[in-house]
Amino acid sequence: MSDRFKPAAQILKDNNYDSAKLIPILQKVQDAYHFLPEDVMRYIANELNISPAKVFGVATFFAHFAITPKGKHIIRVCNGTACHVKGSAGIIDAVKKKLKLKDGQETTEDLLFTLECVSCLGACGLAPVMVVDDVVHGQVTPAKAEELLDEVIKAEAK
Amino acid sequence: MENENFVIIEGKKVAIEGERNLLELIRKAGFNITTFCYQPELEIYGACRLCLVEVDGMGVVASCCVAPRAGMNVRINTDEIRRLRRINLELLLASGNHNCTVCSKSGHCKLQSLAQEMGITEIRFKAKQKETVRDTSSAALVRDNSKCILCGNCVRICNEVQGIGAIDFAFRGYRAKITPAFDKGMGESHECVSCGQCARVCPVGALTPNCSEIEQVFKEINNPAKKVAVHIAPAVRVGLGEIFGLPQGKSIDGKIAAALRMLGFDYVYDTAFAADLTIVEEATEFLHRFTEGKNLPQLTSCCPAWVNYVEKFTPEFIPNLSTARSPMQMMGPVIKADFVEKGGKREDLVVVAIMPCSAKKGEIKREEFYVDGNPDTDHVVTTVGLARMIKEAGIDFANLKDEEFDHPFGTKTGAGVIFGASGGVMEAALRFAAAELDPKNAGKIKLDVLRANSTVKEAELKVAGKTVRVAVVSGLRNARKLLDDIKAGKNKYDFIEVMSCQGGCVAGAGQPQFEGWQARKNRAKGLYDDDAKMAYKSQDNKDVMALYGTIFDKIGGHKAHELLHTHYFDRKDRTGQDK
Repeated sequence: MSDRFKPAAQILKDNNYDSAKLIPILQKVQDAYHFLPEDVMRYIANELNISPAKVFGVATFFAHFAITPKGKHIIRVCNGTACHVKGSAGIIDAVKKKLKLKDGQETTEDLLFTLECVSCLGACGLAPVMVVDDVVHGQVTPAKAEELLDEVIKAEAK
Repeated sequence: MENENFVIIEGKKVAIEGERNLLELIRKAGFNITTFCYQPELEIYGACRLCLVEVDGMGVVASCCVAPRAGMNVRINTDEIRRLRRINLELLLASGNHNCTVCSKSGHCKLQSLAQEMGITEIRFKAKQKETVRDTSSAALVRDNSKCILCGNCVRICNEVQGIGAIDFAFRGYRAKITPAFDKGMGESHECVSCGQCARVCPVGALTPNCSEIEQVFKEINNPAKKVAVHIAPAVRVGLGEIFGLPQGKSIDGKIAAALRMLGFDYVYDTAFAADLTIVEEATEFLHRFTEGKNLPQLTSCCPAWVNYVEKFTPEFIPNLSTARSPMQMMGPVIKADFVEKGGKREDLVVVAIMPCSAKKGEIKREEFYVDGNPDTDHVVTTVGLARMIKEAGIDFANLKDEEFDHPFGTKTGAGVIFGASGGVMEAALRFAAAELDPKNAGKIKLDVLRANSTVKEAELKVAGKTVRVAVVSGLRNARKLLDDIKAGKNKYDFIEVMSCQGGCVAGAGQPQFEGWQARKNRAKGLYDDDAKMAYKSQDNKDVMALYGTIFDKIGGHKAHELLHTHYFDRKDRTGQDK
């Protein structure tokens, strides 16, 4: 087996090749590959003895799953009620501008960043909230958001 | 004592007799309410909400999802039910492109007829027009998601009956649609075998057999530089009539021959001729294998969707597939060879096949069926496509006088005609084999089980001290199970007939749409009625046997092999597996 499919093979094994566990399997595969590549979904379908169209259907039903490549760093800006009231729209604009993202585009051309606007991270007391690679930052301003991105860019440049 | 086991439907007592839901009972009572997602042969789904009824004590329910219970009081046409059904219909009408005059399904679309039944003249909801994206990547089928009402019939038949799941629901909410894996085109889908059963159960114009070649066929007919030969498959003669108001299943081959001449075809032939030829080659091949005990069970190869299935999903059975071509793909090269022999140029003869099938459209495009860029069969038109041509030409079909087919390629026996029904190919092959094994009994066999209305049939033929074990399956899920059982050593057969469509070609995607088994029974009966009036076995077809010694040297000989046999390719998807 080529190295490409080894992580998926391990995940399938950990889940006893149980097609009823398709969603947890896809979650793990997305963690390993950063998104759900077509060939990996096809491989999973074949191994679980279900149709690739079924796997694709599940992958496109849930917003959590990505069928296009995601960036190395995931930026989540909360746009839930509390964060929205506290000005998350300005943060989203600032991030988009900084990362040169067009409307509808989530991932930068260089695959370094993906911006996700999410609906409530359960940290309303810290609103507005922005999460950089699973680290939560509270009371973010557009300027602070740019600083956080600069830190990541600087670290990447090293 | 009066039977207590009944339901009251609109005040009328209706006995419960094993119906699986209230809807079937309602239809039995004579209320033939139009619905979209209920198909008698598929799992109950309950998506379209057009079978709503009121049941005392239960309120408004979808009748397809409710089991009948004694004493139920059911109302169908209350103001509330009428209002709800209308809203549901209007929402469907507002959520897609339902522009009837430019839709190929116009005239037999359920959405259209229901809108008419309910007298809908305006849609109160603001229509959000979906972008029309016609998927024409497949030679067999055209998909237009903007017409789709998401009833899921196609998804269920592909899963439940064919066991494939080539298409499924994808995306969500307003973006939800039915699509092959990874949102590819039908022609790019690795899983689709082109059987077209999805189109057969599509109530609207979202999935339809590709009819684009009708234009080209008219052009070929009108081109003075070309001669155009046409031949009709067995199932066409028992399928076409109902479109013109003739009794379902009655064979009308004489009218079809007349109509084809009026359309301007130069030679009017019968695919049943080539079916006899197929039997001669395929049954001879079987007798060789049977005698040598090699590559058994032999699998029939006349169903192109089945061939696609073997290549894509069970290539380990490729050696078992008969190498004999399908009748259509024997007919083309034979007609063309004859034309060349008589001094014509191969490319000046156009061969058009009228087929009950969508997969046949893909079959003619396989590269092994081309000679120097010229196809063995130029165009495939479906039964429904032929009806369109007849209507466009203004032919008064129902009142045509019967005409004969042209000879020699219009000569056939009953064995060739019954190819169109599940079990027919096997019966024809056994008639040939029985006569070969025991010349004294003239091939007379009596195996009624082969004609049963069942999707899995088994039989044993005892002849000349030998026993031939055969099976007949239709529906690809049944076929797969049979192959799995053979692999597991649970079953042993010598010869297996497989048809992708349940009931055989009479139920193909190119035929007029139908629901349930009665249409299949009627059409199969039409073929067996024809058979009873004709010569019994394929050896009796003198024009077929005359080919040996003229175009071909001998049965199974070199030239016969070149023109009448083919080969297959392993096309299984092995993504991620070691080569």
